[in-house]
Amino acid sequence: MKAHTTEPLVSITNLVKHFDISGGFLDRISFAGGLPSLTTTTVKAINGVSLDIRQGEILSVVGESGCGKSTLGRTVLGLYPPTSGKIAFRDMRIDNLSAQDMLPYRRRMQMVFQDPYASLNPRMTVRQILEEPTRFHFPDLSTSQVQDKVAEVMRQVGVDPAWAGRFPHEFSGGQRQRISIARALMVDPEFIVADEPISALDVSIQAQILNLIMDCQERFGLTYMFITHDLSVVEHISTRVAVMYLGTLCELADKKNLYGDPQHPYSRALLSAIPRLGTKGFSHIRLKGEVPTPINLPTGCVFHTRCPHVNERCRNEIPKLLGRPNGSQAACHALEEGRI
Amino acid sequence: MTHLLDVQDLVVKFRLRSGDLTALNGINFTLNPGERMGLVGESGAGKSVAGFSIINLISKPGFIASGRVLFEGEEISAYPLEQMRDIRGNRISMIFQDPMMTLNPVLTIGTQMVETIMAHNKVSVTHAREIALEKLSKVYISSPGKRLGQYPHELSGGMRQRVVIAISLLTNPSLIIADEPTTALDVTIQAEVMALLLELCRDDNMGLILITHDLGVVSQVTEKIAVMYAGRIVEQGPTEAIVSAPRHPYTQGLIKALPQGGGGGGRLHQIPGMMPNLTSIPPGCAFHPRCEHAMDICRRETPQLFGDGQTPGLVACHLYAQTR
Repeated sequence: MKAHTTEPLVSITNLVKHFDISGGFLDRISFAGGLPSLTTTTVKAINGVSLDIRQGEILSVVGESGCGKSTLGRTVLGLYPPTSGKIAFRDMRIDNLSAQDMLPYRRRMQMVFQDPYASLNPRMTVRQILEEPTRFHFPDLSTSQVQDKVAEVMRQVGVDPAWAGRFPHEFSGGQRQRISIARALMVDPEFIVADEPISALDVSIQAQILNLIMDCQERFGLTYMFITHDLSVVEHISTRVAVMYLGTLCELADKKNLYGDPQHPYSRALLSAIPRLGTKGFSHIRLKGEVPTPINLPTGCVFHTRCPHVNERCRNEIPKLLGRPNGSQAACHALEEGRI
Repeated sequence: MTHLLDVQDLVVKFRLRSGDLTALNGINFTLNPGERMGLVGESGAGKSVAGFSIINLISKPGFIASGRVLFEGEEISAYPLEQMRDIRGNRISMIFQDPMMTLNPVLTIGTQMVETIMAHNKVSVTHAREIALEKLSKVYISSPGKRLGQYPHELSGGMRQRVVIAISLLTNPSLIIADEPTTALDVTIQAEVMALLLELCRDDNMGLILITHDLGVVSQVTEKIAVMYAGRIVEQGPTEAIVSAPRHPYTQGLIKALPQGGGGGGRLHQIPGMMPNLTSIPPGCAFHPRCEHAMDICRRETPQLFGDGQTPGLVACHLYAQTR
């Protein structure tokens, strides 16, 4: 694997993304004390996440459904405008650019989606799907150059270029995911956000796609943000791992550190729940209760309602992401105070 | 001893305009009372069809073409619909993948539970509610009394699947068929739900057929495994033996394709190609186009499951037939 540097390719600083789900005017009217007033309801999807994605690495973002990992990926690419915070690509701030100024960055940052059935236009042939972004971002290329590029990229991802005239429905799930990856590669990106790219696939096909993702990293020096809930996959492919819970970063660590010596109580519980081949029965750490709704976030540490090590400070004060002796970073008062 | 379940040469076909499609091609297995078995395979292998066909839940155009299913010694595959209803959801319960699809969104949890009990037992509504409460607390649902009055959408995914499990327990079945019960759930909740299922099976000596693609979950919960490929069982045996020393090249490939703990990067083993479509199953061994050990005989003859008397379990592969 190509050596990666510590130089950040993408920097995320204090990113916050809230969605207003209040609905229409009539939905917002409520009566408090006999007087009508307007209420707003916001889903607090991401609450102050800061992290760097280093050149050449695979940074995996893990967490359970609703923890904001997909929102994070989409916000980084500019598919959602951030509520506050900064996103920089190679030291250039990109979250406040106009659509026109953003264009060159859209080429350099691409996305692969979870469901290859939904993310490929069923009415376009594979050739059209692959040509469209190329023609848009490289208007100077001649028709034959674009066609050569289509054939080349199709070969790289392992789809026979002779099938370029076919429609997505004529391909299997694995093949379609290869085409999604090809579409991202067509514009020579530097950074790819892959949002659960293998969740919809069978085990033997998952291995093929993971291998392809790792091959591309090596061959094109790509940097990935790999969003998934599959912890065994993360352990296999990532360089570093970010663990999220309720829109907050709990722990950011090198893969070896996280799996060998998880710090944050949530990371510990999450990793203990991985089903492993050849283990009998269950020895996972049981968390009490349920994940709270991101509409009404708990005060202080968002994990305090379920944490076995909670104390008064956790209920009131939001913990900061701090370095740990083993080199990981974790946001936990109990760790900071040496209680666990 | 009578087996809890004895499936003999079960063949399930789907009648299509283009001809009959064989989804299940002669499967055999037995399950003892209280035994837990995993049916493993990728999508299209026929594992769900196998599970459904046990209680004849195959809907048209599918039908059981031949074979028998014996449950506690009775040939339930020959039962007419009325008699079958007495078995389904009563002595054999089924848990499906998506709890939101299983539960009726417009009825409260209580109504759905009471309805199930009263459909199978002659009890009063009050008594039925008591049973419902008891089962809800058995699956560790907090404040069960309150839950009875709630609708499915008011519960979280993990809680819903617990309710579904509670419903499946209402009639004290002796066999539960669970079709991908945790696929829609997060890992921590998956661990909770599977641990619960395991505990319940042990406590009440219930049999379990766990249909899943997740070998990790299977190895935690079951005592034996049947691996399916293109409508056939290609390998079956004790869970530990299959997970630690798989013999069929497909099982080997499947296990090697899993990212294992401790592994640091590197390429994953990949099985070339993909599972054949049921309309075009290759002749001979269905796995031969993807198999690195394929021989001439594999292209001509379909291997049958057999045991060699030394290693536990059965395997359907010509590689081992030679050394017999």
